[in-house]
Amino acid sequence: MSQAATAVQTDTNAEHHEELSFLYKYILPTDHKIIAMQYIFTGMIMAVIGGYFAYAFRMQLAFPGELVPLYGLVGPGEYNMLVTNHGTIMIFWVAMPVLIAGFGNYIIPLMIGCDDMVFPRLNRLSYQIFLASTLVLILSFFVKGGGFGGAWTAYPPLSSVAEYSLTDWGASLWVLAVALEFVSFLLGGINFVTTTMNARAPGMKMMDIPIAVWFIVLAVILFMASVGPLIAGAVMLFMDQRIGTSFFLPSGGGDPLLWQHLFWFFGHPEVYVVLLPTLGIVADIITVFSRKKLFGYKTVLYTAFATGGLSFVVWAHHQFIAGIDPRMANVFVVTTVLISIPLAEMMFSYIATLYGGSIELKTPMLWALSFIAAFLIGGVTGIYLGASALDVYFHDSYFVLAHFHYTFFPITIIGMFAAITFWFPKMFGRMMNDTLGKIHFWGTFIPFNCIFLPLFFLGLAGQHRRIYNYNHFPDLATQELQNIRIFATVSLIVMLCFQLVFIYNFFVSMFKGKKAPDNPWNANTLEWSTPSPPPHGNFKTLPTVYRGAYEYSVPGREMDYWPQNEPPEES
Amino acid sequence: MSMHGPIATHRSATGVPTGRLAVWWLMASEIFIFGGLIACFVLFKLNGTPGFEDASLTSLTAGAVNTFVLLTSSLTVVLAHAAIEKGDREKSFLYIWYTIGGGFVFLGVKAYEYTGKIINGHIITENLFWSFYYTMTGLHALHVIGGMVIMALISFDIRKGHNYQRVELIGIYWHFVDLIWIFLFPLLYIANF
Repeated sequence: MSQAATAVQTDTNAEHHEELSFLYKYILPTDHKIIAMQYIFTGMIMAVIGGYFAYAFRMQLAFPGELVPLYGLVGPGEYNMLVTNHGTIMIFWVAMPVLIAGFGNYIIPLMIGCDDMVFPRLNRLSYQIFLASTLVLILSFFVKGGGFGGAWTAYPPLSSVAEYSLTDWGASLWVLAVALEFVSFLLGGINFVTTTMNARAPGMKMMDIPIAVWFIVLAVILFMASVGPLIAGAVMLFMDQRIGTSFFLPSGGGDPLLWQHLFWFFGHPEVYVVLLPTLGIVADIITVFSRKKLFGYKTVLYTAFATGGLSFVVWAHHQFIAGIDPRMANVFVVTTVLISIPLAEMMFSYIATLYGGSIELKTPMLWALSFIAAFLIGGVTGIYLGASALDVYFHDSYFVLAHFHYTFFPITIIGMFAAITFWFPKMFGRMMNDTLGKIHFWGTFIPFNCIFLPLFFLGLAGQHRRIYNYNHFPDLATQELQNIRIFATVSLIVMLCFQLVFIYNFFVSMFKGKKAPDNPWNANTLEWSTPSPPPHGNFKTLPTVYRGAYEYSVPGREMDYWPQNEPPEES
Repeated sequence: MSMHGPIATHRSATGVPTGRLAVWWLMASEIFIFGGLIACFVLFKLNGTPGFEDASLTSLTAGAVNTFVLLTSSLTVVLAHAAIEKGDREKSFLYIWYTIGGGFVFLGVKAYEYTGKIINGHIITENLFWSFYYTMTGLHALHVIGGMVIMALISFDIRKGHNYQRVELIGIYWHFVDLIWIFLFPLLYIANF
C-alpha cells in the first residue's frame, strides 16, 4: 500500500533534521529553498545592474551628448556595451535564474510534495557554475577595451574579429560567461526534470501536477533541446576569436549566417523557455484569486505542448532581411503566425477561468492580470513582425524593440513580481504590505506602458534601433521625435524610482511584516500545507495526494478550496 | 543508513531509477550539442566549401583501429555491468579497467594522428575542414577523457562495495561516446563526396 510506504518515509524523514552549520546552511547549501534564494537574490542584483544600464543609455537617447547623472558620458562604444549587456543580463541573468532556476528550485519540490531535489549536490554545483558565469560577465566590463558591444545576439563577424568590435577580451569573456551559464542551466534542468518525473508524492498523477511545475519542466526541456547547437556555436565563435579559425568568417570559407541560424534556433525557443514559467505562475495565481477551477487544465497543457513544438520551427523569422531565400521566408511566416494560435487559446482559457469567479484583487492577482493585458500587446504586434512583407520595413526599428519589450517585460519583471508577492509569505514566513504592493504595482505598470507604447510610434516613424545619437540623422532629429524619446526616458526614471517602494516593502516585510499563516491565500497546492517558512526537509509528514491542484469552489463543500493532500471523507 | 539523504533521492514515481533517468536526459542534451556541430559540418560539405576534399588526407586505418578499440571497450563495460549485477566486484573492477585501457589506446592513436597532421601543416586554422576535424574529434576526446576519469572513480567505489548502479550509468555514457564516434568516423574519414 502506498499509505504504508508514506509512513516509512515519514519516519526516515524525521532523522535528517539535524542543525547545519552556517557555512553549510547558507554558503554551500544543498537545501533547494536556500539555493532558490541564492538564484533569486543573484538575479535581483543583476536586475539592478541591467536597469542601471537601461537608465544610462535611455538618458543618452533623450539628452544626447550630455553627462548622465550617476554615470558620466556615454560614448558610441560605451552605448553599444550598455545595450548589449542590458539585453544579455535581463535575459540570461535575470529571467532565467529568477523564473526558472530560482522559482523552479523553490516550488518544484514543495509542489510535488517531497523534501528536496533528487540531486541536491548537483543543484548546488549548478548554482556555483552560475555564480562563476556571473562573475565572468561582470569581469568583462572591466577588461581593456571594455565590455562586449556586439548586441546580445553577437552576430559575427562583428563579434568574432577584435578589430571590428574593438572589445578583444570583452567579447571572449562574454561568450565564456554565456557558455558557462548554459552548462549551469543544463545541469539544473536535468535535476528539475528528473525530480518532477521521479520524486512526486504518492498519489500525484501527471495530471495532478500544478501548471506552474508542468510549465517550468516544459521550459527546461525546450531549453535542453534548443541550446545544444548554440553551445556548439559558442565553442566555434570562441575559437574564431581566440584561435583564428573561420567558422563564421567568409574570408576563410565560413558563413556568418550560420551563427544566426544557430543563435536563433536557440533564441526563439528561449523566448518560450522564459515565457512558460511565467504563464504557469500566472495560471496558479489567477485560479487562487478567482476561487475557480482552472478552465481546461488539459487544454492549457496541450496548448503549451503545441507552442513548445512550434517554437522550434519559427527561428528564421529573425532573418527575413538577412539574405535567406524568400521561399524559405514564406514557410517561416506560416509557422510564426501559427504559433499565436495555441498561445491565444491558452490566454482565452485564463480569461475563462476569471469569468464568473469571485475575484480578489490582491497584489499578486494584479500582477497576474496585468501580465495577460501587457502580453496581449506583445503577442499581437508579434503577428505584424511575423509577416515577412511588413518585417522588411519594421526590421531593426523601435517597433521591434517595443514589441519584444512588451513580451519580455511582462514575462520577466511582471512574472517575477507576481511570483515574489505570491510566495513571499511561504518563503519568509511573513506577509508583504498589500498597500505598498499596490502602490508599487501601479507605479511600475503605468510607467511601463508610458515607456514602450511611444516606442511603437518611433519605430513606425523609421527610427533605427542601433543609433546612439539621433542628432546625426536629420530625418530623425526632429523635435517631435525627440519629445517622444524624452517622454520614454522620464517614464523609465519614474518606474525605477517606484522600485524603491518594492525594495523597502521587501526588506521591511521580511523582518517586520505580519506573521504569515501556513496558507494565507487558501490555496490547494502542497506547498501551502507546510509551515511558513518550510523547515529543512519541508513537510512534517510527507503528503499523499488525492486530487488535482485546482479544486476550488467545489459544490457541496463547506470550504471553497480543497487541498490536494486532504484525505477524502469516509462514506 | 541505507536511507541516507533526502527522501527525494530514493523515490521512483516512473519506476525508472533516478540516476538512469538523469543520464538519459544528459545524453539527450549532448545529442543536440554534437548534432549541432555535425549539422554545420554536413551543410558546409554539401555546399561544396573549399577544403573539404582534405577529408581524403585523414588516415582511414587509424580511424578504423580506433573504431574497433572503442567498440571493444563498449563490450568490456557491458561485461563489467554484467559482473556487478552478479555481485562480482573484483571482476567488474577488472573489466572497468580494460575499458579505461581501451580509452588510453584510443587517445594514443588520436595523439599519433594529430601529431602527424600538424607536422604536415594541417593545423586547425588551415581551412574549414581541419577546423571541424579538430573541434569535433577534440570535443569527442574530451568526452572520452571525462568518461575515463569518472570510470576510475567508480571502479574504486564499487570495490569498496558502494554504488553498484553507477557501473550501468557510466556504461550508458560510454556507449553514447561510442555512438558519437560512429557518426564522426564516416564523416571525417570515409566520406569523400
